[in-house]
Amino acid sequence: MNEKDLEIAQILEGGARLSTDSIADMVELEKEEVEKIIKSLEEKGIILNYQAVINWDKAPVNGGVAAMIDVKVTPKRDIGFDGVAERIYRFPEVKAVYLMSGAYDLSVQVEGKTMKEVAYFVSNKLSTVDSVLSTTTHFLLKKYKHDGVIFESGQKDKRAVVSP
Amino acid sequence: MSQVSTKRYLSKTAKNIKPSGIRRFFDLANQMEDVISLGVGEPDFVTSWNVCEAAYAAMENGYTAYSANAGLMELREAISGYLTKQFKLRYQPASEIIVTTGASQAIDLAFRALVDPGDEVLIHEPSFVAYAPIVQLAGGIPIPVEASAESAFKLLPQQLEAKITDKTKLVLLCFPNNPTGATLDETELGKIAEVVKKHDLLVLSDEIYAELSYDKAHVSIASIHDMKERTILISGFSKAFAMTGWRLGYLAGPEVFIQAMLKIHQYTMMCAPTIAQHGALEALTNGLEDVTKMVTSYRQRRNFFVKACNQIGLECHKPGGAFYAFPSIHKLGLSSEEFAEELLKEEKVAVVPGSVFGLGGQGHIRCSYAASMDNLQKAIERMDRFLAKRI
Repeated sequence: MNEKDLEIAQILEGGARLSTDSIADMVELEKEEVEKIIKSLEEKGIILNYQAVINWDKAPVNGGVAAMIDVKVTPKRDIGFDGVAERIYRFPEVKAVYLMSGAYDLSVQVEGKTMKEVAYFVSNKLSTVDSVLSTTTHFLLKKYKHDGVIFESGQKDKRAVVSP
Repeated sequence: MSQVSTKRYLSKTAKNIKPSGIRRFFDLANQMEDVISLGVGEPDFVTSWNVCEAAYAAMENGYTAYSANAGLMELREAISGYLTKQFKLRYQPASEIIVTTGASQAIDLAFRALVDPGDEVLIHEPSFVAYAPIVQLAGGIPIPVEASAESAFKLLPQQLEAKITDKTKLVLLCFPNNPTGATLDETELGKIAEVVKKHDLLVLSDEIYAELSYDKAHVSIASIHDMKERTILISGFSKAFAMTGWRLGYLAGPEVFIQAMLKIHQYTMMCAPTIAQHGALEALTNGLEDVTKMVTSYRQRRNFFVKACNQIGLECHKPGGAFYAFPSIHKLGLSSEEFAEELLKEEKVAVVPGSVFGLGGQGHIRCSYAASMDNLQKAIERMDRFLAKRI
């Protein structure tokens, strides 16, 4: 990954809606070169997805619920934690899975329409996965910062419109 | 109730100082809602959180009293180390550096300490609006030297030399420049330095935008051979560290001059705010990575904005530093003020008329690209629409 690749990846991470034309101007390359770099970053699996960070609390829809679940597991012979994690991350309710150090092994982020739906997933699907020893479910009450974006800050430009 | 003849009480100095050209435009723009502002001379980043934390900690730990007149010794040591590392300059923290209340106070101190009534100070223009009035407040005579668009607003040695008289004492330089973004490289500074040495002048070098140099590393004129002894370096934390409201700057220079400035400083300002000094110490100690990130972002926005200006028909040289573009509006036949005012009223985009920055500024506008990419794109669309009606 060279300097321009890194710069483009960082620009996209900060705002994936920027047009290729604008990015080309920002990094002083031709549009075609930028397209080629982006394609190569996608192919290498460096750019995985383009997402909007949405504050659902502000959207006029019935928001769902999210939970962070601490999971203790017994690693499986030959495939270790990876095989157990794969079993878990394939459930569509699961939004993220991380292998952790410390008091538990996997941190699983689950989203559902209702608390009941999440509870059902934990008791009937997650807990029954072979190798899962225990789960501790923490329901997420409020998001303050997610993916580097602060949700409820006075992020308005506080500068005067004109200054020296 | 007796009538007070207020005019009788105002000093001649206060009466003779003209209000800043930005002020009138500031009042107009700040009354309007939903304006996309390219009119600000300050970063759009907020101060790094670790700097704010350091200031909180300073308060919690009771550092709320005066500091030494010249500033906290730890901060002066940090400034000295920073100037050595970044710009190859060596100043003694104990005797050659003063921490000031913003770079503005540093400029004021320098002029007060060095200018006698009638002394001439050469100021290349376009330049920051405060220089000439501060020279006048010190009793000096500001002499503008035009750095024209043809030379991408770089100050040429022959232009400088042409304005030197027996009364000339000081040359004020500001590179990277507000409002043009022009920079001078080592060779160009070397030629300016030759003129300065030949005529035995001093240089006041305002390098507040030094960190915001995009294509080449910044070179201080003080680092040119034999120039340190005749240069007063001015800088601060406002621009590079996004700390405008903290009001923290500094002066560095030969001991004899700095100590004279310290006398004035101790009677007028006493010392810079101690809490802010603790924040600045953290900025210099652990904040340079944040500076690098901000500089990368400004460079990307400069590249985008300057190209877009040229594409919509606003001819614009590529500035090497600061966060301003200074495009020409000559072909519209409007004055800078008319352009800025009509643009503000019609399209709600605030820019600053180039004329307020002195010679060479008329026919240009200052656009700050310290704004989000989203706002820069919108501003370009609106300016394009504005121009389409007139070209």
